[in-house]
Amino acid sequence: MKSIKGRYSIFSLLRNAINYHEGWKESWRCPEPKSEYDVIIIGGGGHGLGTAYYLAKEHGITNVAVLEKGWIGGGNTGRNTTIVRSNYLLDGNSQFYELSMKLWEDLSRDLNYNVMFSQRGVLNLAHSDPQVDALQRRGNAMRLNGIDAEFWDTEKIRRRIPLLDTSDKTRYPIFGGLMQPRAGTARHDAVAWGFARAADSYGIDIIQNCEVIGINVNQNKVFGLETTQGSIRTKKIGVAVAGHTTQLMDMVNLRMPIESHILQAMVSEPIKPCLHSVVTSGATHLYISQSDKGELVIGGDLDFYNSFAQRGNFPAIEHVVQSAVTMFPAFGRLRLLRTWGGVMDMTMDGSPIICKTPIDGLYLNGGWCYGGFKATPGSAFVFAHTIAQDKPHPQNECFGLDRFEKGYTLDEKGVGPTPKAH
Amino acid sequence: MFVIKCPWCGQRGQKEFTYIGDSNVKRPDPNLASDKEWSDYIFLRKNPKGWHDELWQHTTGCRVIFKVQRNTVTHEIRLTLPLSNKISGAEK
Ligand SMILES: Cc1cc2nc3c(=O)[nH]c(=O)nc-3n(C[C@H](O)[C@H](O)[C@H](O)COP(=O)(O)OP(=O)(O)OC[C@H]3O[C@@H](n4cnc5c(N)ncnc54)[C@H](O)[C@@H]3O)c2cc1C
Ligand SMILES: [Zn+2]
Repeated sequence: MKSIKGRYSIFSLLRNAINYHEGWKESWRCPEPKSEYDVIIIGGGGHGLGTAYYLAKEHGITNVAVLEKGWIGGGNTGRNTTIVRSNYLLDGNSQFYELSMKLWEDLSRDLNYNVMFSQRGVLNLAHSDPQVDALQRRGNAMRLNGIDAEFWDTEKIRRRIPLLDTSDKTRYPIFGGLMQPRAGTARHDAVAWGFARAADSYGIDIIQNCEVIGINVNQNKVFGLETTQGSIRTKKIGVAVAGHTTQLMDMVNLRMPIESHILQAMVSEPIKPCLHSVVTSGATHLYISQSDKGELVIGGDLDFYNSFAQRGNFPAIEHVVQSAVTMFPAFGRLRLLRTWGGVMDMTMDGSPIICKTPIDGLYLNGGWCYGGFKATPGSAFVFAHTIAQDKPHPQNECFGLDRFEKGYTLDEKGVGPTPKAH
Repeated sequence: MFVIKCPWCGQRGQKEFTYIGDSNVKRPDPNLASDKEWSDYIFLRKNPKGWHDELWQHTTGCRVIFKVQRNTVTHEIRLTLPLSNKISGAEK
């Protein structure tokens, strides 16, 4: 963070406590758009705001605006189940998510904003022998890449996650699990707000309620864009709009290897601490953790058909809850407090896209499927590099749009070009 | 949950059906298609926000695959047709 004046610290807390907390300043300004910027980022989620921050911090580019059609963090950044991990199998993904993990570990300090990153561990469960083999293979690949991974047998899981039904009478018997101890959760809103505040301190304009409705291109070069607050000139545009990537790319007639799908999540009423780590089960479509407020945060699979509805369908909720109460019978007594959905940009290989596009000055960050929250700082870091240097950072060279045509897809699960299956 | 009209079984809950995908994607002749045309067919989708022509299968019913025109924002279904029928006017 640049300006020391507004720094948060124990002293600022004490000072404001004495003044009945009436002296806190706004965390970022709400400026009118200028007529021209060096770089414009479309989308005020974690990825867009983070990109603006790293453009300023790493590349000294501060004449930047972030345009958000709603309010910042109101997209998937504010809707996800906040799991942060780097337990990937394939080269490319593995190094990229670990870069992101390293940035997470220092993010609160770097931003001078508590993103509540909590390395409570993420445990992936195996329910069969083949799944044990697959998880051990993944664990070995991670360790070869210098990433932490431990295989836990059923006995250890029984001791560490006591509420999980590890008996042999359960519908989904537990054969073991892969634990990444450095993985965990973070406060999603704080990530958007922390990046926004830090970017603003460099003079970057964050403009809310400003929807981009057109991208102006002349002779294959970007020269500006049209928004609901008027036209703005710029030579570089970074698109980071998650589920609406195809809509933005339609404006310049570029077709995407993406389908938009709905992913839902839900929380229970808050209860006392009872679940320390994040527990996930790919086979039963469940991931569950306990928030600091005490709510159980539960997510599952997609609704499985293209959707921009930003709300989900009941069968998916029912399925997730069935898995949860089968694996954690005690949770059957809780009531659900809220459910919601987010529009997901599912790619044909399940991996993201961070690259230059065939149009000069137009850069793309998208295709995050349901795993983009953990990528936020890493994605923003390499995207800022791609925009500033007009070439990819070594860690996003593998995420180009041309990988599909060239046969270099990064398909972690090996399921093929079916977006909803990743 | 929305209701889909299977051309064979009539109105049934969406849970009985499996979504397959965009029904306007056409497989080019593999002997004539360029690499680019082939990869476009495999990977690129229109993904409209609004009306979408798509294929669904009545998986837990008659197992027939058929065409549906559905709005991807409201989930309203305008029509369902057997596979052999063309959706006139395509998606907008
Ligand atoms: C239910 C759910 C659970 C998830 N769980 C996890 C998880 O546990 N771990 C994980 O790593 N990831 C998870 N994800 C995925 C993760 O949330 C996303 O991949 C990530 O937050 C994407 O960040 P973003 O900044 O790219 O997108 P967003 O936060 O969606 O930001 C994009 C912004 O662009 C704006 N926008 C769109 N169109 C325009 C336009 N024309 N003009 C201006 N602005 C526009 C939108 O309003 C939006 O605010 C989950 C997602 C959901 C929905
Ligand atoms: Zn039928």
